[in-house]
Amino acid sequence: MDWGALHTILGGVNKHSTSIGKIWLTVLFIFRIMILVVAAERVWGDEQDDFVCNTLQPGCRNVCYDHFFPISHIRLWALQMIFVSTPALLVAMHVAYRRHEKKRQFRKGDQKCEFKDIEEIRKQRFRIEGSLWWTYTSSIFFRLIFEAVFMYAFYFMYDGFRMPRLMKCNAWPCPNTVDCFVSRPTEKTVFTIFMIAVSSICILLNVAELCYLLTKFFLRRSKKAGNSKQQPNHEDKEETKQNEMNELISDSCQNTVIGFSS
Amino acid sequence: MNWAGLYTVLSGVNRHSTAIGRIWLSVIFIFRIMVLVVAAESVWGDEKSAFTCNTQQPGCNSVCYDHFFPISHIRLWALQLILVTTPALLVAMHVAYQQHQEKKLLVLTGHADPKHMEEVKKHKMRIAGSLWWTYVCSVVFRLLFEAVFMYIFYLLYPGYQMMRLVKCEAYPCPNTVDCFISRPTEKTIFTVFMLVTSSICIILNMAELVYLVVRACARRSQHHSNPSSGKSSFYGHKHSSEYKQNEINQLLTEQDGSLKDMLRRNSGLQEKGDRCSAC
Repeated sequence: MDWGALHTILGGVNKHSTSIGKIWLTVLFIFRIMILVVAAERVWGDEQDDFVCNTLQPGCRNVCYDHFFPISHIRLWALQMIFVSTPALLVAMHVAYRRHEKKRQFRKGDQKCEFKDIEEIRKQRFRIEGSLWWTYTSSIFFRLIFEAVFMYAFYFMYDGFRMPRLMKCNAWPCPNTVDCFVSRPTEKTVFTIFMIAVSSICILLNVAELCYLLTKFFLRRSKKAGNSKQQPNHEDKEETKQNEMNELISDSCQNTVIGFSS
Repeated sequence: MNWAGLYTVLSGVNRHSTAIGRIWLSVIFIFRIMVLVVAAESVWGDEKSAFTCNTQQPGCNSVCYDHFFPISHIRLWALQLILVTTPALLVAMHVAYQQHQEKKLLVLTGHADPKHMEEVKKHKMRIAGSLWWTYVCSVVFRLLFEAVFMYIFYLLYPGYQMMRLVKCEAYPCPNTVDCFISRPTEKTIFTVFMLVTSSICIILNMAELVYLVVRACARRSQHHSNPSSGKSSFYGHKHSSEYKQNEINQLLTEQDGSLKDMLRRNSGLQEKGDRCSAC
């Protein structure tokens, strides 16, 4: 189970995202996860082995490293990316649930079901409206929160985003204040700034997507209010269909073996 | 066979799980297995090489490491995750058995075309009857394994916090020696994270158990208050996976019997034919 598997899982969600959502997913996988895997992990690979302190006192190096790096940048970024990408699974679950209901409706031979084939249901792309809109908006909101929390945690733990070359340490068992040298500080600073910049771009994309969804919602609502008295309301059709489906489901018998119901 | 292989095996089970079961599986794979593979393994990667004792005595380092870490956290978590995910295979086996029975029935009743066979493979089994018991057993086993491993963890590493310094006096260390653990804070963070996700999984399992029991009781009370409901046709009988199973078994034994007769007759004819051809 690695980043490739996460990509497979989330790739399915892509179909039901907005265009901004698709761009966000691409930025996440190419500019963050891929950079982490192919470049950043190597830069931080020798972070403890090459963390050198000016002392022969056994244990001083371990203790100083632990004091200055409570959790490595790489692990923080890995956790950040896992948390930031998982709200999309809420949307995937909701879509799977809707698809399941439509298949159930189709199998009962409902006349109102507009699909000719189970395959069509499987391939159908759901519009982001109704309860799916709320799920989608919540998922974006959670993404934003997780991004912000991790950026703050980063800033809080490492006092800014620059990696110093030298750190002075006097934790026990170091005999006195000891100079400790970090390996590849400039390269680490470059990658830290890069990851922070891409993180900010992702936050902007999420905010833009949230605004887009809200705007669409209000426009649709005002159109509905304007059209409501004039003609049968097609916007309500989705909710009416949903209600009918819910009724059918609550009245229905349990599944019979397929192929024998007729 | 690695975690990806396990993922392939278990995602098949996903289809026949409840909604809570699917959430549980996602939590296991994304927040536990994935975090273990991409993050935790590299934190514990140098646990032995960077374990330093304040002595030059050969062997003291190894002995002290072995004394304080009888089994590494990473290996414990890997074992836990494997044992916790495998009861789901009981359900997979039961479902495969039921599908096999249905296919056999289709063959016997003359509906053995590829379309119907595919339908049997694709249709989602209801968690009722004997499958309900199998499913509940698998959830109970999952809970048991989680609890046992949490307890073992607590026994081996009381407090869950990784110390920076441990004092060791095992032979051949000359006296009480200070030993320093690598990355203790990071290890503590990941230990707490894995414990929290383990607790979440335990809660999800309990919720699933309660949901299954409540559903079974509701179905049972519905059946008692409305015994004539449901289609009465053989194949559509609602509350009767056991009834269906009995009928299937009966048909199969009858057919097996008649098949055996047929085969015996055929082999008899064949022998006669051979004998004739040999004449």
